[in-house]
Amino acid sequence: MNDRIHPLLIAFAALTFLFLIGPLVIIIGTALSDTSFLTFPPQGLSLRWFENIFEISAFRRTMMTSFTLAVGGTIVSLIIGVPAAYALARYRVELPKFLANVYVLPILVPEIVLGFSLMKSVATGMGFSIWLSLLIGHALLVLPYCVRVTGASLNAFDFSIEEAAVSLGCPRWKAFFSVVLPNVRAGVIAAFILAFITSINDVSISIFLTGPGISTLPIQLLAHMEQFFDPTIAAVSVLLMGVTVAVMAVVEWTLGLTFLTK
Amino acid sequence: MTVSLTLENVSAHYGSTKVLEDLNLRVEEGELVSLLGASGCGKTTTLRLVAGFLSPTSGTIRLGERDLTRLPAHARNIGLVFQTYALFPHLTVLDNVAFGLKQRGMAGKERRAKAIEMIDRVGLAGFADRYPANLSGGQRQRVALARALVIEPPLLMFDEPLSNLDAKLRVDMRVEIRRLQRANGTTALYVTHDQEEAFSISDRVAIMNAGRIMQLDAPEVLYSRPANTFVADFVGFENMIAMKAVMEAGDAVRAEMAGGATLDLPKSHFAVPARNFIFAARAEGLQVAREGAGIPARLGLRTYLGRAYQYRCETAAGEVVANGPLSDPLEPGSHVVLVPQPDQCCLLKAETP
Repeated sequence: MNDRIHPLLIAFAALTFLFLIGPLVIIIGTALSDTSFLTFPPQGLSLRWFENIFEISAFRRTMMTSFTLAVGGTIVSLIIGVPAAYALARYRVELPKFLANVYVLPILVPEIVLGFSLMKSVATGMGFSIWLSLLIGHALLVLPYCVRVTGASLNAFDFSIEEAAVSLGCPRWKAFFSVVLPNVRAGVIAAFILAFITSINDVSISIFLTGPGISTLPIQLLAHMEQFFDPTIAAVSVLLMGVTVAVMAVVEWTLGLTFLTK
Repeated sequence: MTVSLTLENVSAHYGSTKVLEDLNLRVEEGELVSLLGASGCGKTTTLRLVAGFLSPTSGTIRLGERDLTRLPAHARNIGLVFQTYALFPHLTVLDNVAFGLKQRGMAGKERRAKAIEMIDRVGLAGFADRYPANLSGGQRQRVALARALVIEPPLLMFDEPLSNLDAKLRVDMRVEIRRLQRANGTTALYVTHDQEEAFSISDRVAIMNAGRIMQLDAPEVLYSRPANTFVADFVGFENMIAMKAVMEAGDAVRAEMAGGATLDLPKSHFAVPARNFIFAARAEGLQVAREGAGIPARLGLRTYLGRAYQYRCETAAGEVVANGPLSDPLEPGSHVVLVPQPDQCCLLKAETP
């Protein structure tokens, strides 16, 4: 029995951490820099670039758009995805195998292709408004996460439990809400978080679907960067990181983070 | 309220697969009938048809006078106990047991009192506030039993309820199931692949094969008078020897087997079903003896069973297994006779394959 850890392994682990954490540290440092250009290590300390985010109305507006879009798109996607995942798990013997893969297509198709085809079909083809096109695009983008993550929970669910509820006099639709859903809750929440983060970070699809007057935060970031190369971008990035950390903290506090990985 | 369960000409087909074929079954009021058979014999399909989780291709299912065939599962009022227990993991023992009462619109206070009473009856007093994850397998199955019993269903159904429990607990639980079923006088249908389990708790057992009931009888009858070679094989008649009745010999029928050996079967014990028939015997139904009237055989491998020796024997009609007394161990190669013990043998109609 040799409990010693090889020094190379320690070095490798340290490097991995460095690559994971390093960029984040650089971004935070850059955001705090007092200069009007991106630089690291920061020269002088200032929060003015954070203030700047909220002074630029385009950022305020697109932040709201991105947020409502992420929540709305995820909810639409869950409304479609959870019943689909339920059917795929419940009838996995009866249903053809390829059906489960259909729901993963939005991940397999290059996002830029998906974005372009959505623009051609939904936005210009069917003449939907920009907002509705974006909502449809984001719902479609996050659908694979909703189906697969809730599906993982549902596949581990013993459907005899649902049958037990039915045998005790509970109609099937009611049994879904009173017995199935409470027991796959963790999967649905995990799907929501993954979908939310995916949606709020999306560029490829949004860039085709945004238009006059309506944009999302990542698109606005790109537009801003073309004109100003100042630490505002870093500050926005830090803010997004903060939101993610806050979401994780809430999850940890209410459910325990382990449920995301199991 | 006790009622009978009737299945009339029930068939279930999946595409071209005929899982059940023209099944007829009647479980009398207050009776416990087991469906016994290997996996794929249609026993679970039968239970799921009665529960309403599957629809029959044709046929009628009735509970008392009520036609269940087209009734949705939740309206059938049948208590079900599952192999996996199927407790609601997010609810306490109390809420699990009260679930069915809640569906029936019973008020909170009354519901609680009734559920607590049932929890006590299955021997889980003090466990009402636990969650299923904190219970042992046996305790979980008790909760499942309480949950099914508390709605006072006219019919209880069990789907391999003891398969996930260890051997000792299985025996305790089946006694418990029988006790509660008897006490309530509830009609019950019990599905299992375990012969000992089925025989020990059932009033009658239906032995199933390939979607059909091969024989439906009291366990004692199945054990001693199987109706056909399938059932005989199932209940442990290891030896099947084809014979032909050749002549009357006093108060016996003389039968001849392959190789020309004959055996006199006393009419007082055996009723010959046809000219060509099958002589079926358990190993203990053929006693190895140095001499006497019986089937001539040459001994092969001897094994020790504790209560007897068992021998592989070669006869002119093929290899058979027979038991011999512990007091007289015989060596392989010995020439002996195998003497039939009428209470461990039976005669069956020869089946055309």
